[in-house]
Amino acid sequence: MEQNILVVLPHPDDEAFGLSGTLAKYIIEGAHVTYACLTLGEMGRNMGIPPFANRITLPTIRRAELEESCKAIGIQDLRLLGFHDKTIEFEDQPKLDGVIAALIQEIQPSLVFTFYPGYSVHPDHDATGAAVIRTIQRMPAGERPVVQCLAFSKNCEQELGKPDVYQDVSMFMVQKLNSIQAHRSQFQAAELLGKKQLKAKEVEDRFGTERFWTYTFE
Amino acid sequence: MELINQAEVQQMIDKLKDQDLYIHLEMTTGAYAAHHDSTKHPAANFITNASIRYTAGSISGNGPYRVGLKMNQGWIYTEGLTHFEQADTDRLIMAGHDSQGKLVVALQLSREPF
Repeated sequence: MEQNILVVLPHPDDEAFGLSGTLAKYIIEGAHVTYACLTLGEMGRNMGIPPFANRITLPTIRRAELEESCKAIGIQDLRLLGFHDKTIEFEDQPKLDGVIAALIQEIQPSLVFTFYPGYSVHPDHDATGAAVIRTIQRMPAGERPVVQCLAFSKNCEQELGKPDVYQDVSMFMVQKLNSIQAHRSQFQAAELLGKKQLKAKEVEDRFGTERFWTYTFE
Repeated sequence: MELINQAEVQQMIDKLKDQDLYIHLEMTTGAYAAHHDSTKHPAANFITNASIRYTAGSISGNGPYRVGLKMNQGWIYTEGLTHFEQADTDRLIMAGHDSQGKLVVALQLSREPF
């Protein structure tokens, strides 16, 4: 199935756990994926153990990690939008929405992935999702792409109901784990996988399904 | 980043005094503090590229370390510093990392903007 997919997330590594398997699956099926990453995650707290990054080198390191993750997934088109970590909710909204609208205009995606505003814990996640939803809401109903959202706040299932999209990505564990491990300043193997190597079955149980909520526009 | 060498940091503090500098000062509990543990209060702040100038400063403690910089009309204070960038001879790059390696606090001084 040939289609254009647009992914809009604020931080390098936001793609890794939630949707790298789904993207790898779509790409194998022929999709063209553009990933617009709003910031370089330059305010992240993780610097590696022992710390090999610092506040100054972190953006450069995370950019390289993101490029490696995209390569692992097969993402064809990575756009770094140049916003500053932690500031998306304070950005000039017309400017932010304009950047997203221009991307949609250019790419003509049939499917967009972002965070569900209000249910995505980090203020940058919520603000990014809100900007995408605002922008697509303004389009004529017949021209809107499908928007599938990631959500992981404690109350997300209680308020949104169960996710309506479940992607079995068990065939794409290699891409997914390579995407996660590309972000080596952010995810320490010990923290992530425990001290021992997980068996294939355990990895699949933990990472084999990705879940999304399709956004319903008014 | 290396574990703080108190003497080297003091030398850099002395080298940078009495001149216009840019500061990056930051403290954070992490954006996910309350998500992981609802009893935690999430708090963070940072200020980047504010101009400052201090007339005296020192590093103290036995690690984690404290730094105090005295300005004409006020103070800059940081507690919890553990690491510094030893290779950087023009700027003072310091941070405090917790037992999991996560940055909790940072103090950086430079003649050029960050």
